[in-house]
Amino acid sequence: MERITSKEVLSTCIDKYTKEFEGKIKGEGGKRAIVVCGGTGCLANDSAAIQEELEKLIKEHGLQDKVTINHVGCFGFCSQGPFVKIFPEDTLYRGVTVKDCKQIVEDDLLGGKICENLLYVDPTTHEKVVRQDDINFYKKQVRVALHGCSLINPDLLEESLGLDGFKALKKVLTEMTPQQVIDEVIASGLRGRGGGGFPTGRKWQFAANVQADQKYVVCNGDEGDPGAFMDRSILEGNPFQVIEGMMIAGYAYGASEGYFYVRAEYPIAVERLQHAIKDMEEAGLLGDNILGTGFSFRAHLRLGAGAFVCGEETALLNSIEGKRGMPRPRPPFPAIKGLWGKPTCVNNVETLATVPYILRVGAAEFAKMGTEGSKGTKVFALGGKINNVGLVEVPMGTTLRTLIYEIGGGIPGGKAFKAIQTGGPSGGCLTEKDLDTPIDYDTLVARGSMMGSGGAIVMDEDNCMVDVAHFYMDFICSESCGKCSPCRIGTKRLYEMLTDVVEGRGTEKTLSDMKELANVIKAGSLCALGQTAANPILSTMNSFPEEYAAHVNEKKCPAHVCKGLMQYLIDPAKCMGCTLCARNCPVSCIAAGTEPVTVRPLPNKFVHVIDQSKCIKCGTCMSNCHFGAIHKD
Amino acid sequence: MAIRPEVVADVKSICASVKNEPSPLMIVLSTVQKKYGYIPLELQEVISAEMGIPVAEIYGVVTFYSFFSLEPKGKYVVGICLGTACYVKNSQAVIDKFQTLLGVKEGETTPDGLFTVEAVRCMGACALAPAMSVNGKVYSKVTPNDVDKIIAEYKSLEA
Repeated sequence: MERITSKEVLSTCIDKYTKEFEGKIKGEGGKRAIVVCGGTGCLANDSAAIQEELEKLIKEHGLQDKVTINHVGCFGFCSQGPFVKIFPEDTLYRGVTVKDCKQIVEDDLLGGKICENLLYVDPTTHEKVVRQDDINFYKKQVRVALHGCSLINPDLLEESLGLDGFKALKKVLTEMTPQQVIDEVIASGLRGRGGGGFPTGRKWQFAANVQADQKYVVCNGDEGDPGAFMDRSILEGNPFQVIEGMMIAGYAYGASEGYFYVRAEYPIAVERLQHAIKDMEEAGLLGDNILGTGFSFRAHLRLGAGAFVCGEETALLNSIEGKRGMPRPRPPFPAIKGLWGKPTCVNNVETLATVPYILRVGAAEFAKMGTEGSKGTKVFALGGKINNVGLVEVPMGTTLRTLIYEIGGGIPGGKAFKAIQTGGPSGGCLTEKDLDTPIDYDTLVARGSMMGSGGAIVMDEDNCMVDVAHFYMDFICSESCGKCSPCRIGTKRLYEMLTDVVEGRGTEKTLSDMKELANVIKAGSLCALGQTAANPILSTMNSFPEEYAAHVNEKKCPAHVCKGLMQYLIDPAKCMGCTLCARNCPVSCIAAGTEPVTVRPLPNKFVHVIDQSKCIKCGTCMSNCHFGAIHKD
Repeated sequence: MAIRPEVVADVKSICASVKNEPSPLMIVLSTVQKKYGYIPLELQEVISAEMGIPVAEIYGVVTFYSFFSLEPKGKYVVGICLGTACYVKNSQAVIDKFQTLLGVKEGETTPDGLFTVEAVRCMGACALAPAMSVNGKVYSKVTPNDVDKIIAEYKSLEA
């Protein structure tokens, strides 16, 4: 890669690599381009081995000059991975295994025939779909923050330059004053994508208004919200875009140093980010006097060490400073007094990934998408009991129904939708009645949840909402940093009370005590973690009072999840006496009873019985029974 | 337990390698944890002397973050995802099965030093739920019935 030392060189590079990249997608010179998904989900399903195998076969067939092969970032449709895509035809193969590579090379690359068996099949129409854009999952999506993910090789600066990379930076550094940049971001209506939803431009303005010898940009990649993985996918799929966004922020309010704080749980994202920073340094896009404009910027990377609270911005700053990740009181806000006491804006990965789009395409164009108070698009991580698990980016204002049923493909196994949890442990659950609400920052809060980072976990009739609240309280308890007593002690007490409820010792009084304590924790905690700690309980109590009532009054768990309030039973009318359950029971609590089998006449076969006093409710018997004779009560 | 002199020397060189970074304590601790699997008090004392930070403060940081450990971990660290997406797909049953079969509780190491069972918070592999990993190798859509096989896979490496 050549050194990019001026605006002119950058323009030449952008032109050259754009031409190259477009040529590759269009198949110029009769060449075809294969991309293989290199996101975490697909890599776990052997996509690296698939790429190796394809490379080997391409070589064996002497196709090296006719076919290129690259890994790319996440396709988003993780439940269908691993993906292999072939340009210029734009054929998308899904669920590919190493064994399928031979067929792809021989039938498609050599024979020009599409491998029908590897195409996506629409579950409702049962039709095979060749092109990615024709799949329902993708139809309603608009890729702004995810731009380039699944298209460019995230390890090649050239590919980034070939797909809009650094156009915004060029414009900002050579045509705009810092104040114009801030004004443009304010005009776009961009709000922080990490959860709070504070207007990004206004945050930058605060930092710009402070005089200081040093300022910092911090990128919050400590994506701790369980079930959210958009930041990881963006960093894995197009790290250049995030660095570009960070540099634009730095230019806007006068920062020359940037820190990425990324979870240590994301090794691939970390590696690609490191690689991108190094390549940009070598090309002169990071360092002193960038493009000869006098603007200097350096990017650094720091890793988290497994503390959820470090996603809170002031705790994150303490962690970068090598301290315990405990929040600081605000004010002073980090924009005034942040990292090492200097003005610092902490922006989420997705926010920074959106910034280049705004500067490249224009605030007005960006603001055309979305709702009155929430502009642009939002990436959601759809997970849990939903057919199309994956990452989707939709305009703000899309309804939950569209998200769950049209894009997400509905609930598996024909089960009934019960709730969708947004905003992670700090958020709340939304139910059937909320399905037609357009989603944005404000409507979610009005309905008792929040946007959070965009995790969206779907639950069906088999999930117990009290158990879900119990799960979140366990999480919050172990992640409370311990600074504020109401949060440290209060969440523990809440967890204990909730444990009483799920184990059948709860009463109406437990429920009212929980509500009271929840409000104390909310009022007496310094940071958002504590202030929202009780949300999962309050939100589920609010939406599912009958489930709580069943737990405390009837001592029943309606969804048959809470182990203390349910039992496994063998149906005498269905049991064949085959002994499979008894042989697999880890605590040997199942044995043949005295009642003969009645399904059909089988001599010496007796209906089995579970000794409830010994049963640990592991469910092994039920999953092993071939006759559906075991049920939960 | 006495720390081998070459380890002390190595930790000193780790400290020296980052001395130009501002506030590098977390970098040092992450590197030591990754390389040696734990950060015993003896090494914290070495780091303290090298970096001029009180041991009490270092101990505070080490015990705050779940990635840092005061005890050595097993040869195979089994991490079962307890993120929400995995939890609603019953990953708790997978942890329960590991605990039963290995005879240890979550966070503990088997007496033979082979396995540590840990509950991890969201690996971001929600499409693979319930997901788990052994020393970073990810297993997807794990059911309690798969647990036997996974344990056997690693035990056979030792035989």
